[in-house]
Amino acid sequence: MMAALRTPRGLATVVILLVLAVLPLLTQAFDQRYLLSIGTRIVIWAIAAVSLNMILGYGGLVSFGHAVFFGIGGYAVGILDAHGVSSGWIQWPVGVAMAALWAALVGALSLRTRGVYFIMITLAFAQLLYYVGVGLEAYGADDGLNISRSRFAGLVDLRDKASFYWLCFALLAATLWFCSRFANARFGFVIRGAKSNDLRMTALGFPVFRYRLAAFTISGAFGGLAGILLANEGAYISPAMMSWVKSGDLIVIVVLGGMGTLFGPLFGTIAFFVLEESLPPVLNLVQKGWGEYWQIVFGPMLVLIALYARGGIDSLFGRRHG
Amino acid sequence: MTTKLFGPTTILTLAALGLGILPAAAQSPIKIGFVSTFSGPQAAIGEDMRRSADLAKEHLGGKMGGKPFEIVYEDDTFKPDVGKQKSEKLVQQDKVNFVTGYIWSNVLLASLKTVTDEGDTILVSANAGPSQIAGDLCNKSKDMMAGVKRTFKGEIKGEDYTKWPDQLDFSAELAKIRAAKPEGIFIFYPGAHGVQFLTQYSQSGLKGQVPLYQVFSIDAITLPQQKDLALGILGAQEWVNDLPNDANKKYVADFKKKHGVYPSFYGAQSYDAIMLIASAAEALKGDLSNKDKVRAEMKKANFKSVRGDFKFGNNNFPIENFYIQDTVKDASGMLTLKTVATAVTAAVDPYASKCPMK
Amino acid sequence: MDYLLLQVLNGVQLGLLMFLLAAGLTLTFCIMDLVNLAHGSLYMMGAYIAWTLIGWTDSFVIGAILALPATFLLGVVVEAVVMRRLYARDHLDQVLATFGLILFFNELVRVIWGPAGKSIAVPQFLSHTVEILPGLPYPAYRVAIIAVGAVVAALLAWLVARTRVGMLIRAGASNRRMIAALGINIELLFSLVFGLGAVFAALAGLMAAPLTSVKIGMGDDILILAFVIIVIGGIGSIKGAFVAAMVVGQIDIVGRAFLPDFLKTFMSSAAASSAAPAISQVLVYVVMAGVLIWRPTGLFGQRT
Repeated sequence: MMAALRTPRGLATVVILLVLAVLPLLTQAFDQRYLLSIGTRIVIWAIAAVSLNMILGYGGLVSFGHAVFFGIGGYAVGILDAHGVSSGWIQWPVGVAMAALWAALVGALSLRTRGVYFIMITLAFAQLLYYVGVGLEAYGADDGLNISRSRFAGLVDLRDKASFYWLCFALLAATLWFCSRFANARFGFVIRGAKSNDLRMTALGFPVFRYRLAAFTISGAFGGLAGILLANEGAYISPAMMSWVKSGDLIVIVVLGGMGTLFGPLFGTIAFFVLEESLPPVLNLVQKGWGEYWQIVFGPMLVLIALYARGGIDSLFGRRHG
Repeated sequence: MTTKLFGPTTILTLAALGLGILPAAAQSPIKIGFVSTFSGPQAAIGEDMRRSADLAKEHLGGKMGGKPFEIVYEDDTFKPDVGKQKSEKLVQQDKVNFVTGYIWSNVLLASLKTVTDEGDTILVSANAGPSQIAGDLCNKSKDMMAGVKRTFKGEIKGEDYTKWPDQLDFSAELAKIRAAKPEGIFIFYPGAHGVQFLTQYSQSGLKGQVPLYQVFSIDAITLPQQKDLALGILGAQEWVNDLPNDANKKYVADFKKKHGVYPSFYGAQSYDAIMLIASAAEALKGDLSNKDKVRAEMKKANFKSVRGDFKFGNNNFPIENFYIQDTVKDASGMLTLKTVATAVTAAVDPYASKCPMK
Repeated sequence: MDYLLLQVLNGVQLGLLMFLLAAGLTLTFCIMDLVNLAHGSLYMMGAYIAWTLIGWTDSFVIGAILALPATFLLGVVVEAVVMRRLYARDHLDQVLATFGLILFFNELVRVIWGPAGKSIAVPQFLSHTVEILPGLPYPAYRVAIIAVGAVVAALLAWLVARTRVGMLIRAGASNRRMIAALGINIELLFSLVFGLGAVFAALAGLMAAPLTSVKIGMGDDILILAFVIIVIGGIGSIKGAFVAAMVVGQIDIVGRAFLPDFLKTFMSSAAASSAAPAISQVLVYVVMAGVLIWRPTGLFGQRT
């Protein structure tokens, strides 16, 4: 732990985690309720980004439909709630299980394909569920649905913003912990090895397909968890949660932060949200009214990142050792 | 076939639903958040509302109850989730006293909880008024059609709710209308969609064979694009720009002088929404710290509305007149809407009795 | 029966528009190995540029014709500034960069043309109906779309099958390195192909404009559908894109025209009307998944 503090990367990571851990206290002290809302969304999106990183970053599999797990988690909560099942003890495991199930199904079909076909199939399956959401008249169709937050009787009240934030933060910490175990285990070794050369891994006798399928399923389950949290954050679900643009945003976040690194997705999420919130006011300083057009700056930034900054934010801290 | 159309779209909703009231410090200036659509095909509606709200501010001299006020505009991009986020921002970051605007029922529904949860902001919808807020009806949309069905006598040949807002190609529906040979078509296509439907309706050759009736589909915003196609198509609305009250004359005249076009009922409602807020602020001398008092004052609707006098029902939806309107040309050849008859006097929306709020 | 015929025609018309969009996409993919998410932005730009030019010239036809070289130029510029740098990169870089381009173009349109969106009127000489069969009128403009779409599709087929450029395209589709070995000017070929794709996209965009409306993001969702089409058809296959576009066009129209009535037999009409368009969209993706399970490289794709 102390050793970690000596590198810039370690120091930055520790500082960020500490700030996130006490965020509700800070926002209360400075009377910035809105910052806590943003902070909650950052933490939830970071969980999704970390889960996407498991397959995209470590596995090199460009899944272009990860936002679908937001939808599965969210609709699990919303649909159960609409039928009177408000207990989180039921809603949450169901949400995670459905997300894992869907991931296993999509993975079994899509992992047989390569390259652009893989990108398009993951996208297509996400679109499929998106349109199912649009067609579900009973659950609001494309208008979305107001829901009540999951209940954990006596344990935690999700309506309390600070408690909800801390719950999300704890789950992010758990996700990060799991991901670090995942990456360093034999499992992660096979996934990463297959990224650079899957023929060699197969030749070494590893059932690459099965490993990848497992990784895809785990990644989906965590994505579902993020969806559950997102639905509870806004007390609202809609098909827009799983629109393909959201999947694109998640890819941007992972690459922006640094692919295949443990904390990269967290850095990426923070950077993404901070840019989204701060580019408009900054542009307004340059010329009043420009803030509205912030994406005209953000778009080319993505092009430049793709062309020249593949290491993402993580690489700003210098090369990794080991 | 009856043309007596009125729906549950009563117009000015006071969201006195959330009751968690926090005593807010008497802030100055008074801030009004205005969530509407300023981008995409429906941006013209938002723009009309923005102009009207600005005109209201001008007419009020930038002050209500002796305090200066400002209007913060946010774009919902016609998406419920975006509208919700923007409302959250207005309430939590800008700490506005009121949120208004809201063209669309789905945006309003998504945002409602966000606003009322916070407790120290009052929501005044300028246009959207979905039935589930009006009463306890759980039907999420299709309110317009439900409203028609309730008063329509005769056989409904076919109902099509097109995929909205994505769909602008009505060829399949028009072919179906041709096949069904109904005596009339009833449409609800606000803004750009009204333009499209009317264009394709006349292209399809159905015009002249099957008459069209509309709500919210022909107005001052769409007329410049619908042009002569709109002539002679009847509709129902709670406000028409030739209503002969003084407030309305001033509003329409000043709007036309400033922008060269007629305002629409969306604009009129926005103008009214600001005036309503101002009336409450005026009565309380600018002290908005007690939200109950503000709500009580607003409920009196003690101001000169451009739609003439109206009252709020027990569910805070207005009790007002509905008029039959027709499209005509004014003296200068500009297309406008004209009141033909009063369809319903003091229409109480049918959901009022279901609302437990007293 | 008449009703059925009208719906089939509507489906053909939609399919032809989709084909124009998918053709450019599949060309850039098979020759340059480029996943171009920003292709939908070219569709949008085509419509907006056409709107401006139609306003200037006061003629739909002249404005539309002028819009084509204008978008060709735009395509060449985009290729030179951004795309060229992406050919050698992996798909993730391409996805990221072209996703950025989408944001850029959407915002650019907002700056130039404002947020409100525009509408292009159907040209006067096409704003009537023609009787395609006795007693069965059909909008002339839609007939025109079908005619133009069919002509362009035929032209493209001829271009690919019979010309030198087409030969290079086919060579590129099967073996990218071979074109380089032929000693021809690769850079020129690439910008030509990209520009051509832009023209097809723009043509689709401006022809669809009077039926839909010209708005920001109009290309985003249709782009995904175009991707589905080239994946079903087999990436790199013009013939495959054509067949798949026709299938998708029919599925969409069938979903909108016939599903509601079918669904109404067992659910409320409001629910049916909301479910039907969604189901027709879902069907498109189910077809795609089915094709890929059956043939992982699409209907007419190269077996590997």
